[in-house]
Amino acid sequence: MHDVAIIGVGLHPFGRFGTKSAIQMGAEAIRLALADAGAEWKDVQFAFGGSFEVDNPDAVVGLLGRTGIPFMDVYNGCATAATALEMTADGIRAGKYELGVAVGMDKHGTGAFTSDPTYYGAPSWYGENGQFLTTKFFGMKINRYMHDFGITSRTLARVAAKNYRNGVLNPNAFRRTAIEEDEILNSKMLNYPLTQRMFCSPDEGAAAVLLCRADIAHRYTSTPVFLRATALRTRRYGAYEVHSSWAAVDEDVAPTVYASRAAYETAGIGPEDVGVIQLQDTDAGAEIMHMSENGFCADGDQEKLLAEGATEIGGRLPVNTDGGLIANGEPIGASGLRQVHEIVRQLRGQAGDRQVPGNPKVGYSQLYGAPGTAGVAIMSL
Amino acid sequence: MPTVPFAPDVFTWPADEPQLIGSRCGVCAAVTFPEQPSCPRCGSVEMARRLFPRRGTLIAWTTQEFLPKAPYAGGETQETFKPFGVGLVQLGDEIRVEGRLTESDPEKLHSGGEVELTIIPFREDGDTQVVTFAFKPV
Repeated sequence: MHDVAIIGVGLHPFGRFGTKSAIQMGAEAIRLALADAGAEWKDVQFAFGGSFEVDNPDAVVGLLGRTGIPFMDVYNGCATAATALEMTADGIRAGKYELGVAVGMDKHGTGAFTSDPTYYGAPSWYGENGQFLTTKFFGMKINRYMHDFGITSRTLARVAAKNYRNGVLNPNAFRRTAIEEDEILNSKMLNYPLTQRMFCSPDEGAAAVLLCRADIAHRYTSTPVFLRATALRTRRYGAYEVHSSWAAVDEDVAPTVYASRAAYETAGIGPEDVGVIQLQDTDAGAEIMHMSENGFCADGDQEKLLAEGATEIGGRLPVNTDGGLIANGEPIGASGLRQVHEIVRQLRGQAGDRQVPGNPKVGYSQLYGAPGTAGVAIMSL
Repeated sequence: MPTVPFAPDVFTWPADEPQLIGSRCGVCAAVTFPEQPSCPRCGSVEMARRLFPRRGTLIAWTTQEFLPKAPYAGGETQETFKPFGVGLVQLGDEIRVEGRLTESDPEKLHSGGEVELTIIPFREDGDTQVVTFAFKPV
C-alpha cells in the first residue's frame, strides 16, 4: 500500500450564491486546489465527486477540460465527502493512480432536510407522522446525554457561541456574526433542548482536495500533509440512529466510535497526539457528544472543558476552528472536504486570524449523518 | 365519525387495548418495529408477527416545536400547529420504539418515566377521523 499526501486544497465559500450552480462552485474549488499545489487539470488521473442535490458532479469536466478521466460520483449522506476522500485515497494506496481529486458540492434550499423516508429504509408513515426529522433525533440524543452525564444548556450555548466567533475569523464562512450565549439560549426552541441558533443550516458551497502518492508529493509542494488514515462505518445493531422507528434494548455505541478507533489504529496515532480537531456539529449537542465519541474526553467532561475554554482556538483541544457546520452551514457533499481544507491550512500554518498557536502537527476530522454513517480522517505533517 | 389508522399494520385496530405490531426473528430473537421481512441482526428471513406490551419506560425524548415539511401529513398550518413530544420508549424488555408523546411540556417529561400506548386523533379526512399512536405518561 502506498502512502498518500494532500498537496492542494480549494474551497468555494459556503453561503448563498443566487443562481450560481453547484457545478460551477465545484469547478472553482478544483481550480483553487490545483493552484494551491501548482498542478494542472491535465495532471489529474481520476476523481470522486460527492453531492446530495447534483446528480452528476462529474459535469465539472465541462468547465475544466474533458480529459476523459474516470470520474466517480458518490452520495453517502452527511458522510459523502468522507467517502469521496477515502475512495480517492484508496485509488492511490492501491497503486492504480498517482494523483487524483476529491471534490464535493451542493446547493440546498432553506430549512431542515426532508425526503421520502422509504429512501432511508424507514416506513413511509414515519414521515407522515412527523418523525422523519434529523433535528428531532439530535434533540433526543443530546437530551438523554445531558441527563446521563450532567451537561447543561449553557454548555450547548457555549459551543454554538464559540463556532459563531470562529466564523467571524473565517472569510469563507456563511455566518460571520458573533452571537452571545444568552441570545442562543433564548432563540426559538426547535427540538428541546436545542434552539434555532444551536443548529447549522443547509446552504451552498464546494470544496476540493488534491491527493497524490506520497513519494511524488515533493514535485508539487514543500509542505505535504499526509493522510494517515481514513475510516468509514455504518451503524451496528443496537445503535439508535437518525431515522430509526425503533432500537434494540441492548445498546451499542454510535458508528463514529468504530470509525474513530479504526482510524487511530491505522494511523498509529492517539487522541492525545491531535492538535487541531474538526467534528460534525450539526448542532451544538452533536459537537459535545462527538468530543467523547472520538476519544478526546470522557463522557461528562465537556461541561468543564467548555467552561474553561479548552475547545477555543487557543485551548488545548481546538474544535471547529473555522466555525464548523454551525458557522459554515452544510452543503452535504462539500462539508467534510471543508473540514480537511481547514486541517491542512492549520497544519501548514496558513489559517490567518484563526491559526492555532504552537504549530499543530496532527489534525483530525469526523463526519456523521443519516442514516447512521460516520467518516473519520487523520492527517499529519 | 368512523376512525381509521393513519397507516396499515402499525397497531391493532379497532381494539379496546390496541398494541403495536412488529416482528421477531425465529433464529436470533431480534425484534423490529414495524414488521420487516428479514432480520436486522442475523439476516434470516424467518420473521414472525409480534404484538408488543402496551406499557413502557421513556428512554429519551424531545419536542417537535416547528411544523414538519412534507411528507408530514398532520394537516395543520403554521397557524394551527401545536408542538408535540417525541419519545423513545422501551416496551418490556423487548424493544425500544419511537413515537409521539401526548405531553410536550419539558417540565412534565423525564427519562425513566412510565408511559402507556394510546390512540389519538391525527387529522380529519372528510367525514373520517384519522388516528395515530402515541404514548401518554401514566
